[in-house]
Amino acid sequence: MTDKTEIVIAGIGQTSVGEKWEISLRELAFHAIESALEDAGGLRPQALFVGNMLAPQLSGQAHLGALIADFAGMNGIEAVALEAAGASGGAAIRSGYMAVASGMVDAALVVGVEKFTDQVGSTVEAALATSSDSDYEAVQGLTPTAQAAMLLRRYLYEFDAPRSAFAGFPLTAHANGARNPNAMFRRAIKPEIYERAGIVSDPLNMFDIAPNADGSAAIILTRPELLPPGFPHPLVRIAGSSLVIDTLALHDRPDPLVFHAARLSVERACQRARISPLQVDLFELYDAFTIYAVLSLEAAGFADRGEGWRLAQDNCIGMGGSMPISSMGGLKARGNPGGATGVYQMVEAAMQLRGQAGDNQLPNARRAMVQCLGGQAATAVTHVMEVMAS
Amino acid sequence: MSELRENLLLKPSRPVGIMGYGAYVPRYRLPATEVNRIWRGGEGGVPVKEKAVPGLDEDVVTMSIEAARNALKRADIAPESIRAVWIGSESHPYAVKPTSTVVAEAIGAVPNVQAADWQFACKAGTEAIVAAIGFVGSGMADCALAVGMDTAQGKPGDALEYTAAAGGAAYLLGPAEESLAVIDCSYSYVTDTPDFWRRAYQKYPEHGQRFTGEPAYFKHVTEAGKTLMEETGTTPDDYAYAVFHQPNTKFPQRAAALLGFSKEQIAPGLLAPYIGNTYAGAAMIGLTAILDIAEPGDRILMVSFGSGAGSDAFSITVTDTLLERRNRAPSTQDYINRHTEIDYATYARLRGKLLMK
Repeated sequence: MTDKTEIVIAGIGQTSVGEKWEISLRELAFHAIESALEDAGGLRPQALFVGNMLAPQLSGQAHLGALIADFAGMNGIEAVALEAAGASGGAAIRSGYMAVASGMVDAALVVGVEKFTDQVGSTVEAALATSSDSDYEAVQGLTPTAQAAMLLRRYLYEFDAPRSAFAGFPLTAHANGARNPNAMFRRAIKPEIYERAGIVSDPLNMFDIAPNADGSAAIILTRPELLPPGFPHPLVRIAGSSLVIDTLALHDRPDPLVFHAARLSVERACQRARISPLQVDLFELYDAFTIYAVLSLEAAGFADRGEGWRLAQDNCIGMGGSMPISSMGGLKARGNPGGATGVYQMVEAAMQLRGQAGDNQLPNARRAMVQCLGGQAATAVTHVMEVMAS
Repeated sequence: MSELRENLLLKPSRPVGIMGYGAYVPRYRLPATEVNRIWRGGEGGVPVKEKAVPGLDEDVVTMSIEAARNALKRADIAPESIRAVWIGSESHPYAVKPTSTVVAEAIGAVPNVQAADWQFACKAGTEAIVAAIGFVGSGMADCALAVGMDTAQGKPGDALEYTAAAGGAAYLLGPAEESLAVIDCSYSYVTDTPDFWRRAYQKYPEHGQRFTGEPAYFKHVTEAGKTLMEETGTTPDDYAYAVFHQPNTKFPQRAAALLGFSKEQIAPGLLAPYIGNTYAGAAMIGLTAILDIAEPGDRILMVSFGSGAGSDAFSITVTDTLLERRNRAPSTQDYINRHTEIDYATYARLRGKLLMK
């Protein structure tokens, strides 16, 4: 199938990411929506797609479509929430994209929102573990962090990657996050800080794990012909979109070190965009754990199996590199606001393509790929975005 | 006076000061590395060097009596003249039945006396001081005893187990002219902030992890300290020393830096690294350590913090009388130096961590 209809991003909005104890879930979403609506120059969406991962467990709140649309003063529109663990934001974008592409909706608002800090400690870990296979994984006490630790251990066993090579990923993320005013962590770190960091789940240390955070980001999707002439900012179009699933449980995969859904999702999104992944200028990947960044780069075809860690060694992934990643800090430094993460990635990539990324602006960024993962990459959502010739 | 009464400061119509003070720290010390060894395989950093642990026969009653007796020795007054015995703690041995009556009886302050226990997490003791200032400052009494003392509870394996310690201090408040230090004024800053709590029938408190930092400790301590200095027209340079509630080593250091105090100004009162967090006793025993070395004319800022949450800030000025009184009882450092290191197993026994039936 080819996408005949052109879908563009009319508006983007985001809150800063962090521990927002003083703001409720609905207010957080509203702040991002307000910014996106303003950015879209008053375009009124007919449908709202909410990406959220844990509100039922952590905020005692389900039914976010009605909650957030009502709170944002959009009573009467179509609104629904989507959940695909860490890929919830990407899944919501995908639904908004399909709604507009089908012609059933002229303008779709997508908001990702997550409020982690209403709960602490084991409650949060238990909630996060619901993203894996409850009967076979979570019930054993296996958390997502422990699974990532096992993947890294296996990777170190299978391939001759030195443990210290993984430092390049958080170092890059923190260097970029330092210049993003919305990032949770705004301080660059040195290799010795990484080396000294406390072990969380052996061999993962504190800097191998993105922080759970509160935040909300929003985008408004429409067809370009519906926008008024002289629209105030450069338009970014979604050239390719794909959502693919893999086995939910890690142990059901023939090779757990291959993120198969991520690979298929990149292939399909790029096929629709009629490009090769090598033709993108930046890749906003899902670095919830450093090993995920490595496996995502390999799945996307930027490195061979067992070689992804070398990209950090050769500094390919930094701002001046051949394939910049986490350009606004990624999950590691911007923070990982669960179901909002996928929408943050698209907002940040849109900023790069519009030339609005401030101190983090990549020169000549024309095409971006964004990808978020749910669970242990059991869901992968990939979008290819391009700046439109004005 | 009238201009001060119009602002936010608390200042009694009759000037009040500290007639006597006394510290108490039990002798046992559990190194934080011991907690780390048992629960973290010895990996990672620790928030304090060691913490004070009460002996098998010690609790908030016995420790308050020790501190109160030291305060009485320094004040050199008849215990019958004490008209209030107020004990602030979150480790009162009984849920119902006062600690304060036992202490009052033991020091000879009964029966013509007010007695009550105070509870406001780690600022229960300084709240008792504010009440005592009001009691004496109104002229209702000439002498009141305020104690902050704890045998704090840390759940085995929890971050708080490294620091939850035992100790505290007692203060006899009386007329300023009979005092070794005058309390110039105080200011309290209180909000509903649920950062740390222990419900009825629970053995150990729970906490909101990182929520205990910025919106709880730092907000309340800095707001209380800042407002007190603004309202008194003082700056950190006007104070010889400052002491803050000290749940660990870093928090009071950062609070001091945020308010503009130097490391030298807080060093004498920063005891958490050596005795841990003595909860309701923490800021108050930091102040006894400062009074042990301060000179007449020195001005001291004390800011407590209690979870829930609130801070009491005090401006205190030392008088000439301190020099003749401070050596009448053991110094805070004497108690810190009285030191018997224990291992985790002994700690588990002393603190009743082992189920006997």
